[in-house]
Amino acid sequence: MGRFVVRRVVQMLIVMFAVSVLTFLIFNVLPGGDPALRMAGRNPDPSQLKRIRADWGFNDPVYVQYFKTMGQVFSGDLISYSTQQNVWQELKGRIPRTFALAIGATIMWMVFATALGLYTAIKAGKFADRFLTIIALIGISMPVFWIGALMNYYLGFKLGWFPNGGYVPFFDDPWQWFYHLVMPWTALSLLFIGVYSRILRSNVLDTINEDYVRTARAKGLTERRVLINHVLRNSLIPVVTLWGLDFGAVVGGGAILTETVFELQGVGQYAAESIGQLDVPPVLFVTIFGAFFIVLLNTVVDVLYAALDPRVRLS
Amino acid sequence: MSSRPGGAGTAGPLLTVDDLHVSFATEDGVVQAVDGVSFELAAGEVLAVVGESGSGKSVMAMTLMGLTRSPNARFEGKAFYKGAELVEASEDELRAVRAAEIAIIFQDPMTSLNPVQRIGKQIIEQIQEHEALPDQQALERAVELLERVGIPRARERVDSYPFEFSGGMRQRVMIALAMSCDPSILIADEPTTALDVTIQAQILERIRELREQTGAAVILVTHDLGVVADIADRIAVMYAGRIVEQGTLDQIFYDPQHPYTWGLLGSIMRVDKPRPQRLPAIAGLPPSLADRPEGCHFRPRCPHEFAECRKVPPLTSRVEGQPDHFDRCWLPVDQKRDKREVLPGVIGLDSKEAAPA
Repeated sequence: MGRFVVRRVVQMLIVMFAVSVLTFLIFNVLPGGDPALRMAGRNPDPSQLKRIRADWGFNDPVYVQYFKTMGQVFSGDLISYSTQQNVWQELKGRIPRTFALAIGATIMWMVFATALGLYTAIKAGKFADRFLTIIALIGISMPVFWIGALMNYYLGFKLGWFPNGGYVPFFDDPWQWFYHLVMPWTALSLLFIGVYSRILRSNVLDTINEDYVRTARAKGLTERRVLINHVLRNSLIPVVTLWGLDFGAVVGGGAILTETVFELQGVGQYAAESIGQLDVPPVLFVTIFGAFFIVLLNTVVDVLYAALDPRVRLS
Repeated sequence: MSSRPGGAGTAGPLLTVDDLHVSFATEDGVVQAVDGVSFELAAGEVLAVVGESGSGKSVMAMTLMGLTRSPNARFEGKAFYKGAELVEASEDELRAVRAAEIAIIFQDPMTSLNPVQRIGKQIIEQIQEHEALPDQQALERAVELLERVGIPRARERVDSYPFEFSGGMRQRVMIALAMSCDPSILIADEPTTALDVTIQAQILERIRELREQTGAAVILVTHDLGVVADIADRIAVMYAGRIVEQGTLDQIFYDPQHPYTWGLLGSIMRVDKPRPQRLPAIAGLPPSLADRPEGCHFRPRCPHEFAECRKVPPLTSRVEGQPDHFDRCWLPVDQKRDKREVLPGVIGLDSKEAAPA
């Protein structure tokens, strides 16, 4: 177990290092990527540009700039080029928003996808299966910025059932927190429910023909128990891998579209705004943040995998 | 171990199967897997159902537990267990019968246990489904069962997963599972086919021991007459969905009436006799269950075919003095005794003089 943890931590550091180097280099070679030009305003005079370059260290070799920036990332002194604000201070308030979105949405998509996948598998070939298959495919095909905008317009603006975006902290008012997140959760979950239920459906159909399911029936178990204890558990194992990747991405600020459509002011939206301004420090920070969660969730998946399937248990 | 008279127990048969038909609708047409099978099973009796792959013997056995039910399956006929009808029983009625009254051991122990559940839990789950037993007592019973089927260190192994067991050990677990609710009938569906030859005898020995301890009747489904020889009371030989011959162990082994039975007996290798040049086999292949020959199904492979064989021979008693010996062959009995030659003294049955007087 100790070796497992060490291996994972080393792996995490390598991934974060590689990701940060790549991100830094990409923004350095981008045309129009010179931050001094943007910081100096519309009609900069050369002496001003020169001073900015000297002050911010833009004249240093790239690797020096990289290490300086990375030092600031870890000391919390990183300053945005465009807003001159401290990146960590800015991000700190956004993390709970992104977490709330990610955790709520993943509960929603796992619950609905499991129910839907199991149900369509049991009803395979029947009307209910065909109908829900079409619904799932529609869910997969709808881009979140579009369905999000529709929800905002009809459910929020026209009918007034839900607030049009925004976020209320949980500890201020739990009900308002929930109320404001219902639409973002739904919009983000739709795609995942569609994909996951399709995958689970085919896993269940494979598993249900296994000999041990026949054994379970021969034991006189109720169909419900056969399905939940024997079919579902074995069918969920492959889904866990997928879940780790998707949930890691959303927690790490990957739900850029959802956060932007619903004005959640989360990590993803911050990343989107920073990319638009070619603002390297926040982009770098969010990228490392996201990489951290993806590697972390992959570790969680490995542990979950071992819990679900004893055959892969760590020796 | 004394031979019991088939079906004529003092309290009537435990199980009566009456004209059972099972067919499946497939893309290649209707597959008639079981075609009018009738037999009786007395309490404590061991009935062996013998036949090649695809003769419908496993389907017949699993149908008794409702395990062949599917949207494309059709059933006709009846099966009575202690007065309750099984073929048309509801799922709820069947669930009460499964494992508690009729239990089954499947062919492939490698795939018949849930790979992600501890074996103890798999046994306890079944016990608690049928009896309101506290966890601790159910666990005790599971350990005791595992000990009885010969799992060493059963108390520790009860927490193992199936992948930590060999095939033979897994089949022992399957036997323990099947016996855990003390069923009256144990169906063993080719219990040794997937196992090493050295393990086969041990597994059969376990089944026999448990049968003697618990008095459960056994339906042993197998393609291997050799397996049957020292455990069965009665034998039913199945071919292409029908029983072609049925009788006591002695009748089938020493006075077989159906040419197919001769073929099966001829295919048994005997270590106590000189080895033949070639392994004997029945010529040809069994018919597809979707497209079977008219009349006697064995006709195309039978060296003794004559005009009569185009009609379906009924399963009746044809041998004088053996009212419990049935077969489906039109040949007159004296001709059969004359014609059947299964390399006497080399393989299979001993020559004609072994026939009971």
